[in-house]
Order: sequence, then structure tokens, then C-alpha cells
Amino acid sequence: MIPTKGLIEIDHFGLEYISDGGATQAVADVSLSVRPGEFVSILGPSGCGKSTLLNAVAGFLKPTQGRVRVDGEEIRAPGADRGMVFQQYSLFPWKTVRQNVEFGLKMKGIGADQRERMARTLLALAGLIGFEDHYPDRLSGGMKQRVGIVRALATGPKVLLLDEPFGALDAQTRVIMQQILTNIWQRLRISVLFVTHDIDEAIFLSDRVYVMTARPGRVKAEVAIPLPRPRDPESMIGAEFLALRRELAGLIREESLHAMGGELAGGMSGIDVMLGDGSLVEML
Amino acid sequence: MPADPHDLAPIAGDSMAAPTRRRQTAGARRRRALRLRERLRTAALGAVSIIAFLGLWQAASSTHLDLFLRFDNIPAPSQVAVRAVAVVGSQSFLNDVLTSCDRVFLGFAIAALLAVPTGLVIGRYRIAHDLIFPLTELLRPVPAIAWVPISIMLWPTDWQSIVFITFLGAYFPILLNTLHGVRRIDPVLVLAARSLGASEGAIFREVYLPGALPAIFTGLAVGMGVGWVSVIAAEMISGQSGIGYFTWEAYSLIRYSDIVLGMVAIGLLGLVSSTAIRGLGRLAMPWIPAP
Repeated sequence: MIPTKGLIEIDHFGLEYISDGGATQAVADVSLSVRPGEFVSILGPSGCGKSTLLNAVAGFLKPTQGRVRVDGEEIRAPGADRGMVFQQYSLFPWKTVRQNVEFGLKMKGIGADQRERMARTLLALAGLIGFEDHYPDRLSGGMKQRVGIVRALATGPKVLLLDEPFGALDAQTRVIMQQILTNIWQRLRISVLFVTHDIDEAIFLSDRVYVMTARPGRVKAEVAIPLPRPRDPESMIGAEFLALRRELAGLIREESLHAMGGELAGGMSGIDVMLGDGSLVEML
Repeated sequence: MPADPHDLAPIAGDSMAAPTRRRQTAGARRRRALRLRERLRTAALGAVSIIAFLGLWQAASSTHLDLFLRFDNIPAPSQVAVRAVAVVGSQSFLNDVLTSCDRVFLGFAIAALLAVPTGLVIGRYRIAHDLIFPLTELLRPVPAIAWVPISIMLWPTDWQSIVFITFLGAYFPILLNTLHGVRRIDPVLVLAARSLGASEGAIFREVYLPGALPAIFTGLAVGMGVGWVSVIAAEMISGQSGIGYFTWEAYSLIRYSDIVLGMVAIGLLGLVSSTAIRGLGRLAMPWIPAP
């Protein structure tokens, strides 16, 4: 089945905010798209405005330039047709796992019995059966984010937006979470826009990766990830993977150095030549 | 990668919170025994100071100690105990207790019903805050007891003016705690609710109210305490009934043992009320782990 819904179009998007020091351009002239059922990541150094883009798709903020559309409709407000997973834990502490997952359905006015049935399928998909009646306080970080993903999916959104959802997790849990997310995505065939600063994560998960520049954020490059699926952690040491990693690392490094300041960048690029490419990727 | 998503359930390194009912038998029993012993020890140590206090008081009163502090009119604990047997079961004492309870709970209930919604609204809306909060801050420093003369003039009956004093005492702590409770809610929870399709009303019901509930219950406990202080003071000054009146009247009528009885009753009533609020809080907030 080829998905037909969930086309995200970001068109000449810009965001400017006013502070004490005057106007600051956070994001400038970004155009990107996510096709229905596609997994797309936005990769960039911190402060490049990747989260800003995601928040605009979620409807939390309005662009000062350009347009954001999902399935041709301009985004005006937050809504359950776009599932959002936040960087920090955002489960309602006063609701059990089940109540958290059912929240969006409850807001839609769906009855308790049907809510429970709908939630159960997703809870199973995320390996959360047996924890339905736990409060978030008693869950590990990985489980909290799994509940967060399931909660965002419960209302059957057209797109799923994730803002560095695994940033706070340890390396092992992170890899497991990436597999679970891939698994869920392949089952549901939903469009995903995923924000991260982790190169390996972006490659492992995505069909395509947009690399952003340092502030003001712009699209620096668009890189297709043609690795076959299903992918597993072993595929992350193959030659194809490493080539992609090197390419993305190169693009990101320029931006990180740029963000840190010109003088440092000059010094570092001198070392680049001496070390060659392979070991430098490791440095990053 | 497992094809069946159910295979994902037992995930290594992520099973910290796995239910462990079986492990709770032998280890838990030993731990419970230890905890019991510790609790007995704590109780015994507490009893030492209480018994010492009563013993010294008994000695001071029965010897009519007069060393700057004068114990010649202070009834001994034994005298109070004898008097308690006669008074506590009596109809008039019971009436006084019930009258005070009635006033406190009515004043407290009105305060809670007004202060919690007000706190939620001014915590949520800047305009409501700017409109209402300055008036609140102007009135708040005036202790409820200072309102007694005005209150007597303002309200037709003594009963109403005492309820009003109690209300004033309870209102401000509940309001301020509710307000702070709303302010402390993580904004990401509001964003999450919004992106899940919650309306403004639903956000109040599902996010602000439960999110502020721990602070609200703190406010209720403090408000209840101040409510009792206020009712006792108001009854002593202007009442013709109630446990505060009973205590003051005992002084006027030279029934000194009754003074202490009144004090003990007031203390117990305060204790029972605050325990009840804490119990309600635990029922209303099952997600907060028991201390």
C-alpha cells in the first residue's frame, strides 16, 4: 500500500524574532518537503533552528516569511493531525501510561472502550504491554519516550514530528529506540520529520537527510540515504554507511566550526589536512 | 530485527521498571520488620520528651512553683484529666466543638471554592493576574483577626462574621499556592496537550488543574491551619459559642482546667483536619509516591 497522505511542504520559510538587541533571523529561506510515508531527518549544529522548523509544522509558531503546509493546507494552529514528540519528557505525570496514550482520543470524544482498544495495539507495537497502569514517574527514560511516541500516534496523525527525542538517552537505549521507531514507522507508513544532531541516527533512520547551516539556519545540502531496509546495527559498519557518514560529517563540521567562530575554524582546518579524512570523522 | 513487534517487549537495559511482584516476598518481609523496629524506636524517643514535659508541668503545678513564671493558678495535667472526664462527654462542650467545626469548614469550603478557580485563572491569564493580583497583595498582609471589628459591623450576625474571618484566613494561602502551582507547570505539557487536540477548557481540566494539585493541597493544608487560628481568635473576641469562646469563658469564670481542655481540643481538631486534607490529597493524587 502506497501512502497518499502526509505531504509536508515547507516553502521559503523564515523566522525572525524580536529581542532586546533588535531583530534576529533564526531561520532563513528554508524550503524542504517530506513525501507521504517518507522518513526525513533535519541534521544540524545546535542553534541552527531545526527545532524552530518542527515547531512551525506542529503549529506552535507562525513563520515570519514563507509557508508551511501539510497536504496542501496551511498550518495555522496545533492539531492532532500532526503528532509531536518532544525532546524533553512530556508525559502527563498524573496520567498512567494508558491514560497518556488515550489522551488525544479522549480529546476527540472517543468512548472509553474504543480508546482502550485503539491504544492497546500501539502499546503492543512499542513493547509497553504490562506497563499500562504505571505512572510515568516509574518508567525509565527510554520507556517514557516510547510512550511519548505512541501517544503522538494514537490519534492517527498524517505526520509524526520528533524533536531530538532520544537526545537524553544512553547509547544502547538510543539504538534500541531507533529500531523501535523504524519498526513502528514501517508498520504505519506515516510521514516522519525527525530533528537530530546525531549523524549516525540520521543515516540509520532516514530516507533523506537535510543538513542545515549555523544561524541563521538554511538548508546547506540534501542527502539521499539509499541504504536498503530493514536496516540493523550491523549495517552501520558497512562501506556505504561509512561513506554517507563521512559526507554528512564533512558538511556538519564546516557548520560547527563556523558556529564556533572564524579563528578557531582556521586553526582546525590546518589540522584537517594533516590528519586526512578517516580519522577526522572519528574526532567529531 | 524481530518481525513481530511483541518480541520487543523485554528489552535489555530498559527494564528498570519491570513489575517485580515475586521478589517482594522474603526481602520485603525482612525490610518491613526493620522498618517496624525503626518506627518503634522513633516512637519511644518521641514519648520520652512528651512524658518529661508532662512530668515537669505536673511537678511545677502541684508545688505551686513561683520562679518568675507562676504556676500557682496553672492546673496540673492530673486535674485537667479529671475535669476532662466530666466535660468532654457533655452536651454543651460537644455543641461548642461542633459550632467551631461548622464555622471552620464553611469558611474553608467557601475559600477553597473561590481561591482555587481564581488561582488557576490568574495563573493562566496575564490580564486576569494584572487585574486581580494587586488587590490581593494589598489585602493579604492584613491578618484575618484584624478584620474582626469591621467584620462585626459588616455582617448581620456573629455567626456570619466569624465564618467571614475564617474565610479570609483560609483564602489567601490557597490562592497563592494555586497560583504558584499553575506557574510551575512545565510549558511543554501544555504544548503536548495542544498538539493532541485539547481545547482551552480541556487544558484547564486535564493539565492546569492536576498539574497544580500538589500545590493546591499544600495551600489547603495551610489554609485549614490559618482557618482554625482565625476561628478561635474570632470566637474569643466576639463569639457566644464555639471552642474558642469555651476556652476564653473558662478564663473569665476561673475554670482553669477548662482552659487547657479547650487548648487540647483545638489542637486535636487542627490535627484531625490537616490529616484529613493530607489523606484527601493522597486519594486525589495517586501518581505522587507515598512518603
